[in-house]
Amino acid sequence: MIDDVIDFFEPYTYLIIGSVKAFVIAGALLGIVPALVWLERRLMGRFQVRLGPNRVGPFGLGQPISDSIKLLFKESIIQSSADKFLFHLAPAIVVFTAIVTFAVIPFGEPVKVFGQEIGLWVANVNIGLLFVFAISGMGVYGMVLAGLSSNNKYSLMGGLRSSAQMISYELTLGLAALSIVVLTGSLSLIDMVNSQDSYPNILIQPLAFLLFFIAGIAETNRAPFDLPEAEQELVAGFHTEYTGMKFAMFFMGEYINMVTMSALVTLLFLGGWNSYGVPAWPIVAFSGKVLFLLCVFIWLRSTYPRIRYDRLMTFGWKVLVPISLLNLLVTSVLVVL
Amino acid sequence: MTVTEQGLLEREKDSMTLNMGPQHPSTHGVFRVVLEMDGELVDSAEPHIGFLHTGIEKTSEAKRYVHVIPMTDRLDYLSPPGNNLAFCLTVEKLLQTDVPERAKFLRVIMCELARMASHLVWLATHALDIGAMTVFLYCWREREMILDLNEEISGVRMMTSYIRLGGVAKDSTPGWLQSVHNFIEYFPAKIDEYERLLTHNPIWLDRTQNIGVMSREEAINWSMSGPVLRASGVNWDLRKQRPYSGYENFEFEVPTGKNGDIYDRYLVRVAELRQSHEIVKQALKKLPTGPYKVDDNKISLPNRKTLKSSMEALIHHFKLVSEGVSVPKGETYVPVEGPRGEVGFYIVSDGSNVPSRVKLRAPSFMAIPGMCKMMEGCFIADVVGIIGSIDIVMGEVDR
Repeated sequence: MIDDVIDFFEPYTYLIIGSVKAFVIAGALLGIVPALVWLERRLMGRFQVRLGPNRVGPFGLGQPISDSIKLLFKESIIQSSADKFLFHLAPAIVVFTAIVTFAVIPFGEPVKVFGQEIGLWVANVNIGLLFVFAISGMGVYGMVLAGLSSNNKYSLMGGLRSSAQMISYELTLGLAALSIVVLTGSLSLIDMVNSQDSYPNILIQPLAFLLFFIAGIAETNRAPFDLPEAEQELVAGFHTEYTGMKFAMFFMGEYINMVTMSALVTLLFLGGWNSYGVPAWPIVAFSGKVLFLLCVFIWLRSTYPRIRYDRLMTFGWKVLVPISLLNLLVTSVLVVL
Repeated sequence: MTVTEQGLLEREKDSMTLNMGPQHPSTHGVFRVVLEMDGELVDSAEPHIGFLHTGIEKTSEAKRYVHVIPMTDRLDYLSPPGNNLAFCLTVEKLLQTDVPERAKFLRVIMCELARMASHLVWLATHALDIGAMTVFLYCWREREMILDLNEEISGVRMMTSYIRLGGVAKDSTPGWLQSVHNFIEYFPAKIDEYERLLTHNPIWLDRTQNIGVMSREEAINWSMSGPVLRASGVNWDLRKQRPYSGYENFEFEVPTGKNGDIYDRYLVRVAELRQSHEIVKQALKKLPTGPYKVDDNKISLPNRKTLKSSMEALIHHFKLVSEGVSVPKGETYVPVEGPRGEVGFYIVSDGSNVPSRVKLRAPSFMAIPGMCKMMEGCFIADVVGIIGSIDIVMGEVDR
C-alpha cells in the first residue's frame, strides 16, 4: 500500500521538493524582515546612545510584530488623482523581484534527507549571477511606477532618482562581479563558491570587493545612497503616498534586497559557506558572514550623511565605472597570462 | 491621470513648481517655500510665512511689562533667556536703572547656556537634514543637560522667564553653580565628538562647502546678522562691539569664516559653542556676591520678610502686584546678540504700565530674503542644507 503511494509520487519528487524549498525560503525571507528591522533599530539605538525598542516582549523582540499588525490594519488610502492600477502594482513588483532574486542564491552544500540529495537552494541555474542581475534590475520598475502613479511631485522625483541611480550603479555592480566570473570561468554561484575553497576572493580581488559593496549599497537604496527616499528633501520619495501594508511592502523589498546583496557579497568575495578551518556548519558560516555584512549596512547608515544627487552620479560614472573597467581589464589580462 | 489647467500651464513653461512646506520634515517648523524647479535645480524660491502667527507683538500692547516677559520666551523658543534679556534691557533703559553685578553675571550664564542649547539644536537638526542621524541624538543628549540646569534654577525646562525687570527671578544656589560647573567640565569633549563625526567627513564637506555662498558685501546688504554674517567674514558681534550686561568683563574670541558657505557657518557655530563654554567658565569664576535684583521697590518686589514689619514695603508690594511697573514716556531699542543674530525690542512707552508698542527685530525674519536668494541655482538637496544653515526659528518670524 505505502509502496503504491511512493511509486505514485516517484515521478513528482523533484516537483514536491522544489515547491517545499520555494515555500520555506520565501517564508524565511519574509520572516527575516521583521527580525532585521528589530536588529537595525536596536543596533542604531546603541550607536546613537539610546535604547531602541524595548517595550514589547523581551529585548523589544515583539516590536516588529506589533508594527506589522498595526500596518496590516491601517486604512489603505489612495488619493483620487493616482493611477490606481499602477499604484497597486508597484509594491507588488518590488517584493516579487526581491523574493525571486533569492531563488538562485545557494547557502550551503547539498544535504541528504531520507536518501534524497537536497541542495540548499531553490534553483541551481548555470547562469545564476546573470539571473540575479536580470531580476533585481526589474525591481527599479516598482520604484519608478510608484513615483509615477502617485501623481505627487516628491514621489515623481524620488522615482526618477531611483531609476537613474540603479541604472548607473548596476553597471559597476556587474563589472565588479565580472572580474570574479573571469576568475571562476562560470556564472553559476555554486561553482564560484567551490572555487574559493582554499582562500576567499576578497584576498585577490579587494578592489572588486570594495566596488561591489559600494555599488551594492547604492543598488539597495541604503544610506548614504538613500536618495530616492531622502526624507529631508523628498518627504519619503517614491513611497510618500503609500499607507499601511503597501508601504510595508516597499520596506520588505528593501530589507530583502539588503539580505540578497549581503548574500551575493558573501558568495562572490567571502567564500560563501567555506569556513577556512573554523569549525562551523556551512550554513552557519554563510549566515554569520551575511549577518556581519548586514550590520555593516546598519553601521554605515548611522555614521554617514547622505550624498547629493549630482555627486552620486558623478561618483558612479566618473570614479566607480572607470575603476571597475580597469580592474576587469587587469584581471582578464592576468587570467589569460 | 487627470489633466488640469495648472498641469498644462506647467508643461508650457517647462519647469515644475514644487511646494515645500508648511508640512515638510526639514523646513524647521512651518516655513513654506515655493520652488520653481528645473529638474533637480532650483530656478527661484519664494518664501511664505505666517503659519505660526501668534500675535505676540499685538498682545504685548495689552499686557503689563512684567507679563510680556513670558511671551518673549515663545518668540525664539530655542533661546528664551536671550529674548528675556533683550526685552528687560530695553525696559530698564527706559526706566534708567542699572542691575547689580551678580544679576548681570547670572544673566550672562543663562544666555550663554541658552546659546549652547540653541546651537546644539541647530547642529542636531542641520546634520539630520543632511542625513547624519547620529549627530542628532548626540546633540540632544547634551541639550537635555542644559534643560535640566534650566529646570533646576527656574523650575521650567525651556520657557524659563528667568531674567526679570531689574535682575533675575531667583538667586542661584551653590548646588546649581556646581551643576553648571560639572556640565562645563564635561562639555568640551563632547564638542570634539561632534567634530569627529562631521568636520573632516568627506560627504559632509561635499554637501556643505561652496554651497549657499554669501559674500561679505551681500551678507551686509541682505541685513544678515549673527553667525551667518560672521561666516561671511564680517567681524561683528554685539557682545564685543556694543557690550551689554557686562560682556566687557569676559575674554572671548569672535570666530569668523572666509567663504560664507554652509561649511563656514557650521565652523563658526561650533567655534561659538567653545566660546560660550569659555564665557560661562569665566562667569562662574568671577561671579560676584551681592543682590540679584535692584533694590528699588518700584521695579522689583520687596523682600518677603519685610512685608510683616514695614508698611511701605507692603504698599509697594501691593502696587507692584496689582499695577505693575510704570515706565516713563519714551521710546528706545537695545539690541543683544542672540544665537541667530541681532535680537532687539523697540518699545514705545506712553508713561503707563502697559507698553504702547512693542516691535521685535527678529534675526530669522531678516534672514529669510537672503536665504531665498541663496537657494537660486542650487539643488533641491541643498535647499534643506541652506535652510538648516541659516537656523530659522518660525516663532520669531511669525510673531
